[in-house]
Amino acid sequence: MSFYITYIIVAIGLFAFAALFALFGVYAERKVSAYIQDRLGPTETGKFGLLQTLADALKLLQKESIIPQAADKVLFVLAPIIIFVSVYMGFACMPWAPGLASSKINLGLYYFFAILSIEVLGIIMAGWGSNNKYSMLGAIRSVAQIISYEIPAGFALISVVMISQTLDLQEISMQQGVLSAEKVKFLGIWDVTHIGGLLSWNVFKAPHLIVAFVIYFISSLAESNRAPFDIPEAESELVAGFHTEFTGMKFGFVFLAEYSMMFLVSMIAVILFLGAWNTMLPNMGSVKLADWTTGTVWGIIWIFVKTLILVGVQIWIRWTLPRLRVDQLMDLCWKVLTPLAFLCMIISGIWRLWVM
Amino acid sequence: MLLKKTYNALVTASKGMVLTLRHMFSSRKDREVGSVKSDNYFKRLEEGTNTIQYPKQQLPVPEVGRYQLDVEIDDCIVCDLCAKICPVDCIAIESIKATQAIGQTSDGSTKRLYAAKFDIDMSKCLYCGLCTVVCPTECITMTNQYDRSVYQLGDLTYHFSDMDQELIDEKKKEFEQQQAEKQAAKAAALKAKEEGKA
Repeated sequence: MSFYITYIIVAIGLFAFAALFALFGVYAERKVSAYIQDRLGPTETGKFGLLQTLADALKLLQKESIIPQAADKVLFVLAPIIIFVSVYMGFACMPWAPGLASSKINLGLYYFFAILSIEVLGIIMAGWGSNNKYSMLGAIRSVAQIISYEIPAGFALISVVMISQTLDLQEISMQQGVLSAEKVKFLGIWDVTHIGGLLSWNVFKAPHLIVAFVIYFISSLAESNRAPFDIPEAESELVAGFHTEFTGMKFGFVFLAEYSMMFLVSMIAVILFLGAWNTMLPNMGSVKLADWTTGTVWGIIWIFVKTLILVGVQIWIRWTLPRLRVDQLMDLCWKVLTPLAFLCMIISGIWRLWVM
Repeated sequence: MLLKKTYNALVTASKGMVLTLRHMFSSRKDREVGSVKSDNYFKRLEEGTNTIQYPKQQLPVPEVGRYQLDVEIDDCIVCDLCAKICPVDCIAIESIKATQAIGQTSDGSTKRLYAAKFDIDMSKCLYCGLCTVVCPTECITMTNQYDRSVYQLGDLTYHFSDMDQELIDEKKKEFEQQQAEKQAAKAAALKAKEEGKA
């Protein structure tokens, strides 16, 4: 029976983490956007405005939850829950450090990809349930975009899976550092099994994975509805897209899902391409930096830092690049990213057979 | 074709990213508030953040700024010219005639009227400055005060009269008494005249 308590504690911990990350993610986003635009951002609430997002969250909690009269009430109420839960459940399979994962499933990557696709369902429910043409348009765009971009993202991930020969995220992480059970070759030539560090990350093990990484990163932006792929929310045309009608905590959940999604897709990118919880410092002769900086605490620090850097890049991109048009979006997906991802997959096959 | 396009996309995107990154790091410097007259005022806007944190920082305004109206009531001869010329009728003046000259303004004009009411509704004022032009004693002026935020709309009506109700009643009474005396004197004179005729 006591393992149920562990489950609940882990679940609450992950939820707390997601909520805390969303709070500081929003703060970071506001500060970064302000600095990019030569503004100051929140400065008044708390030191440096640190409590601003907390105050916003409190405001959201107090707000009246309005359900539009013409809305489909069941879908409308369920939508934010489904959107959030699907993203939140994605956290379950994440490896945080060697031997530390909330759920050790050998189909981790598959599970992750499957559970994230459920978000689309929530979005279309929100759009349809709102009974509002802007919401509906936003939801349609969002669904078209997410489903399209799952294809290049999927192929980019498969090219990693072909190299690592496993869907277990913990296993994939293990292979990218000094703890690897099999031989690791930098660029397919230099044996770095005991050197580890930066050199044994997947992107350096097989350099075509750099392309796969870029493809996955672009697709992940589209999947989390972030700029420059934010046509589902397109403030200037669609008010706020599928979440136009949501107020109070329902809106809060949609927001929470967006930021958790940012973290999650970045984390997957880190796990698959950038060495997961492995250190970036290699062993150099008697200075065994890689061995020293591998461990449970170090693992959490490394994966967290790497993921935050990717999240930072996402924020940076959002406040730099303008929004793509719908046709440009589909053009990029089907004519550029998908063929490139195919190519990566083929190269992965060849690499696995003849180089590794 | 496609390769060139992709290459261009990457190059332009990275250019934009570098630009925003530069702005992000240059924002460590807060804006120093200086006068628009300083030589490199517009150049300075390029570096650091642009926000003026208003109540804490303020842009210097000229000493002779023409913002809020102010009345030096001791210099006012209550001629009502400002109220007459005001295009939006935001000045309301009520005068009481004095029984004799009350005194002199600082420029030597004799005051013969009490200002029972001298109200300016700043929420109506359009800052044209006509009142300051017509004023013979230059007692109504525009100052460099611009921030007069209030909680009640009524607080935007500025009362410049320094007379309280008691004084007003007293002066009114005095004037009426004087008028009555005059009237009586006139009547008496008329009567005397008529009697003289008869």
